[in-house]
Order: sequence, then C-alpha cells, then structure tokens
Amino acid sequence: MRPVRYNENEKVFLNELPEGVYSGEGFAATRFDAAIGLARANSLWPLPFATSCCGIEFMATLGSNYDLGRFGAERMGFTPRQCDLLIVAGTIAKKMAPILKQVYLQMAEPRWVVAVGACASSGGIFDSYSVLQGIDQVIPVDVYVPGCPPRPEGIIEGVMKIQKVAKNESLRRRHSDQYKALLDEYGIQ
Amino acid sequence: MQNDNINEYLSQSFTSFKDWDTTSDVVSFQVSAAQIIDVLTSLYNEFGYQFLTDITAVHYPDRSKEELCVVYHLHNLRTRHRLRIKVYLNIEQPDIPTATTLFSAANWMERETFDFFGVQFIGHPDLTRILNVEDMDYFPMRKEYPMEDPTRVDKDDEMFGR
Amino acid sequence: MSEHHIKLPEGSIGKQTTTINVGPTHPATHGVFQNIMEIDGEKIIKTVPTIGYIHRAFEKIAERRPYYQVTTLTDRLNYCSAPINNIGWHTTVEKLAKIEVPKRVDYMRVIIMELARINDHIICNSIMGVDTGALTPFTYFFQERERIYDIFESICGSRLTTNIGRIGGFERNFTEDTWRYIDRFVESFPKMIDEFEKLLTRNRIFMDRTIDAGVISAERALNYSFTGPNLRASGVDYDVRVHEPYSSYDDFDFNIPVGKKGDVYDRYLVRNLEMRESYKIILQAIEKMKELDPSVYHADVPEFYLPEKDDVYNQMEALIYHFKIIMGESDMPAGEVYHSVEGANGELGYYLISDGGRTPYRLHFRRPCFIYYQAFPELVEGGLLSDAIVALSSINVIAGELDA
Repeated sequence: MRPVRYNENEKVFLNELPEGVYSGEGFAATRFDAAIGLARANSLWPLPFATSCCGIEFMATLGSNYDLGRFGAERMGFTPRQCDLLIVAGTIAKKMAPILKQVYLQMAEPRWVVAVGACASSGGIFDSYSVLQGIDQVIPVDVYVPGCPPRPEGIIEGVMKIQKVAKNESLRRRHSDQYKALLDEYGIQ
Repeated sequence: MQNDNINEYLSQSFTSFKDWDTTSDVVSFQVSAAQIIDVLTSLYNEFGYQFLTDITAVHYPDRSKEELCVVYHLHNLRTRHRLRIKVYLNIEQPDIPTATTLFSAANWMERETFDFFGVQFIGHPDLTRILNVEDMDYFPMRKEYPMEDPTRVDKDDEMFGR
Repeated sequence: MSEHHIKLPEGSIGKQTTTINVGPTHPATHGVFQNIMEIDGEKIIKTVPTIGYIHRAFEKIAERRPYYQVTTLTDRLNYCSAPINNIGWHTTVEKLAKIEVPKRVDYMRVIIMELARINDHIICNSIMGVDTGALTPFTYFFQERERIYDIFESICGSRLTTNIGRIGGFERNFTEDTWRYIDRFVESFPKMIDEFEKLLTRNRIFMDRTIDAGVISAERALNYSFTGPNLRASGVDYDVRVHEPYSSYDDFDFNIPVGKKGDVYDRYLVRNLEMRESYKIILQAIEKMKELDPSVYHADVPEFYLPEKDDVYNQMEALIYHFKIIMGESDMPAGEVYHSVEGANGELGYYLISDGGRTPYRLHFRRPCFIYYQAFPELVEGGLLSDAIVALSSINVIAGELDA
C-alpha cells in the first residue's frame, strides 16, 4: 500500500498506443524567434516606476479585481538590473529626469518602456516650468497609455500591446542600425 | 475680547504695529521685519499662540518699496483663535530674521518661501532651494515669470491659446 | 551641504560612517523623495531628506486657472483621498464668496469625505504591513477600495482623481446606483476591517517591529506643527472637524482617537480607530439624509454654479449666467481667506487671495505632509535602519502633497 493515495479513480482508463507510434518526450517544430518571442511576451518582469497618482491606479491594477499577474507580469522587480519592462506611471519632473534616464540605462536589452498616463506621455495638465513634457524627451518609449489616470483596463491594454510587440520583435532588432540611430537621438550608447 | 487684548498689548509694546484688520475671516495685522521675532515671541509666551500653521509670501508688484509680503499664520489651540501677521519687504533687499529659533516647523516653510520668492531669512541654518532644481537662477513665483518653461520647443503656443 | 563619512568616536567598530541613499525610486511606491543617510552598521547617525522630485508648480498654475478649474489641481495634491481636497477647495471659495449651501449638500459632502479618509487610511495601514513583510493584509484590504471607487465613479465618473463637486454643491444627485454601492460598502466594511485587524494588530512580529520605533513626543510634534493622525498619536487631540467645524460636522457625534506614546504602533492604531469613526459618521449621515428633500444637490447660486443645459438652451437668464461663468466675468469678491479642512494627513489649508478677477491672485496650499516630513530626521536618528523604514511608512508621506 502506498502511503499517499491519489488519483485512484478506477473509472479512468488509458488506451493502448497503436503500433509504431513514438511515445516519450513531445516536440514541436517552430522558428527560433517565435519561441523566444512567446517566452518573452508571457513572462515580462515589470519595474513599476510609479511617481504619483497613476502609481495608485497601477497598484489597483495589480490587485485582484484587475489582475495583472494573469499576463505573466506577476513578479514586480524594483531593480532595473533584473527587469525588462519599465512602466513609468506618473509625472516626471525635470529634477527626476536624470534619475529616470539612469534607471533606463541600467536595464539590460531587450527592454521595453510603457508611458502610463498623460503626464508621462506628454506632460499632462502640468504645462509648467518644472515638469518634463513627456518622458520621450529622455528615453525611447514603446507604448503610450493615455488617461488621467487611465483605468486599470487601459493599463492592461498597454501591457498587452507590449506583449504583442515583444512577441513579434525580430531577434536582430537591438543590433540593427535603425535602433542604434534611435538611441543616438537620445544620447544613449 | 481676546482680540482687543492683543490689539492693546501689541500697539503699546511695538511701534511698527499697524493695520489691525478684522474684516476678513482671520484677524490680521502688520509689523515690520525688525520686530517680527519679538512679536512672535511675545504672542508665544503671553497669549499662547504656540502653533505655527504656515509661512508664505505674496508678490505685489504694484506696491513700490513693499513688493514682497511675508505672511505668518498662527493658531492658539486652546482658544481656537487664529492670527495672520504680514510683513512687507522691499524686493531689492528682502531680509527678515528667521523664526526657526521659536518654531522648528519654520525651517522648511522658510526654505520654500526663499525658493519661490527670494526672501532672505537671516539666521536660517540651511537656506537653499528645496523644491526646484538646485541650479535655477530665478525665483519662479514672482509675477514677472511665466508659468510655462520658456525654452520648450514641442508645444506650439498658438495651438495652446497663448 | 550634508557631510558625508562622519568620523565615528573612539571605540566604535568602524572608522567612519557609510553613506547610503534611500533614493527617489522606492519599492512599495510611497512616492519620490530621497533620504541620504549616514549609518554606522545598522544605526543611523544622520539623515538629510531631499524632496522636489515631483514638483509640479501647482501654485503657479493656479494663478492662471479660473476658480472652477483649480479643482483638478487640488485633486493631485493628496491623490489617495482626492475628494477631501476638492471639497476643501469648494468650501474655501464658498467662504470667500459667502455662499450658503443647503444641509443636504453638507451631508453628501460628509459622506464623500469620510469615504475618502477611509480610502487613504487603508492605503497607509496596508503599506505599513507590507513594509514589515506582511503582504496578505494588503491584498485583502485593497479590495475594499474598489467598492469605494465604485461609489465615486457613479457620482463623478472618475475613480482616483475625482474632481468631485462644484462650487455650491455637486454636479449630479446621488443616483440609485450610488445608494446601492453605498449600502454594499456599509455592509461589507466592518467585516473587512475586523479581518484586517485580526491579521496585524495583535501580531507579535508586527508589534515587535513597530512599538517604540519612530517616537516623537507631543511637545516636539507641536513645535514641528504636526497635525492629523501623527499628532493625535502623540497625545494631542487637535482635529479641524471639531475645532472649526465646516460642512455641518458639528451635527455629528464621533470620537477622536488619541494615542499615548507617539510611536509607529500608536499611529497604526489611531488610523484604524479613525476608520471606524468615519464609518460611524457615514451611517449617521445616511440616517440624517433620509429626512431631507432628496432633490436638493446644490445651492441656488447661478453666478457660480452652471445652470442645466436644458435651461441654457431655452431661457435667457440661464444663457447669460452660463456665458458669464465660462468667460470669467463672475462676481468673485476681492479679499483673502484661509480655510482648512481635516485631510487624511492633517490640516490641509488653502490661503486664497483674490483681486476680483477671473483667476486667484495667489493661492497657497498648506500641505501637512510637507510640514511634518521635516521632522523625519528627529524620528529616526539614533535608531535602526529597519525602524526608519517603518517610521517612514507610518507617517504617510504622499509625494504629491509633499511637493505640490
């Protein structure tokens, strides 16, 4: 008698395999970048760079009502060295811009950036001397989520779009001339 | 009734006390920069105004020689009475002694007032900019400076109604 | 300006202190502010806070916005309890323009403000749990906020930055949906807060982490102009709702919880008890509103409150008032006023100077977070680093209110 009894439902039968059929580990044939894209898209590790009100909506997105963990973004890292998705939620002031750039530089390729909210996208309602009018003045952005603050469904839509981008990205993109030119515009090596 | 006591006491003890104003919601009066600390100390000790609610400043470009007005709000928690003290300063030399010896809360309040208006608090332990970037060379809340960043290129003023 | 690597006295293990930077990017999203700490092992010798990383120049922007548009700016001050800021601004303008609002509007405002206060205290206490490692109360209690968001959304359309109410009342009456959501909240809240308290309040680990950490005495707290739950935890019962009642708070019967020692555990307990008192106030307000005329939701001030669209299209006076309000020829009297409300963090004050024009001449926010955060070095110097983290989360610094 086994010490632990489980799955002893006598009504379940396993059929006999017909002759000549391979039985063992399964395999699938696909392209390299499709498999890698699938893996990257469904296990994004986000870095919540939450500064203000959009940060609270982001926290609500992580709650159980609108669960962002369903999309693979369960583990929030707070260090850029381990994360691949930078979620900038909230106003970025000019005093904060060098810090944002430094955090972006510390991330390893491939990295994506979501600008959540009106303030991160374009400065929002604060057209003043101390607010950076959009984070795309200092770092390249992949997806913009408008709203003040955007509803959690909006933030989820933004992350889903990043997933689409990550899934369909070519593996050579980060080495291409176009990407290097993009980074040069921002002064990033 | 307490108002009258303060009115009498202050007008007798301090020569620069004037403009006792009870028309607005909070009783306010005016003193000079040289006597402000003595006024605050005597209100603290004699009358129980031991809670400093706020220090801020207002810029009136039209009043010549008295453009900057530093406003103190005091509160007596026992009698539930508030006071507003105004000190007018010349914008060429906006010097006023610090209140940090009396109220520790005045530290950052005065730094904020300096950051935005350029009011120099004499005797402050660390009078540097607190909210704006360190290397900013003008005082943004003064009326002559615009709200928007004058160096920005991406927003077209015409489309924004300016 | 701050000195780094302070020489340690003879007999210490190290020769000089280590400088660490509890930087602007925090985990657990408290907000962006920085503390440069000099530590000796785990003990903090000196700490210097730096702020201004989210300075958005509210006071300068407010000088360019008409009175009804400044509400959107006040939302973003303490964004966890935005309705309190909005209603505070509306009551300030009503004080300046000497507008009387009907009782029912006052009671509606009280319900909304107390819901917002519960909202903010939920965030603060849950994050205090997270900072000591307890993630479960945070996940469970955050769900309650979704119910509060439903209530706000049915009135003003937005969850977080609400822009709720207008000068003179509300933009729409409480609908059936609102009452249904309020009833749902009233039913579920006592169970949720009891569950939350069961997890944390008598938890041995939480008590060991928080008792006697971050202590401030009542005299020092008053000297630093503390207000709100932080001051009440140190023993002083100063609450603006009782000292200078606004919005008919003197019709309600509630207690003010007060602590004894002024440590982190006292602040946690004071906030929990305040949530229960807010709940009692909401129940009383719902009872009182049953006796009033249910169709009243704003004061009769056509110079400040936009008329109904139907009337604007069909009646001459409504059209003229609509034009005057939008184009900025409203009759705001010149003068200055200081009005304060009991925000979730303390006395939130509005110092408004008007010169009779379309926009305020000067608007200054007396922000409680800004004023009590300067006492943070006094709370933590001489203590351990882990006590500093818990003390930082217990005083509930919201970055939007810190920097304005």
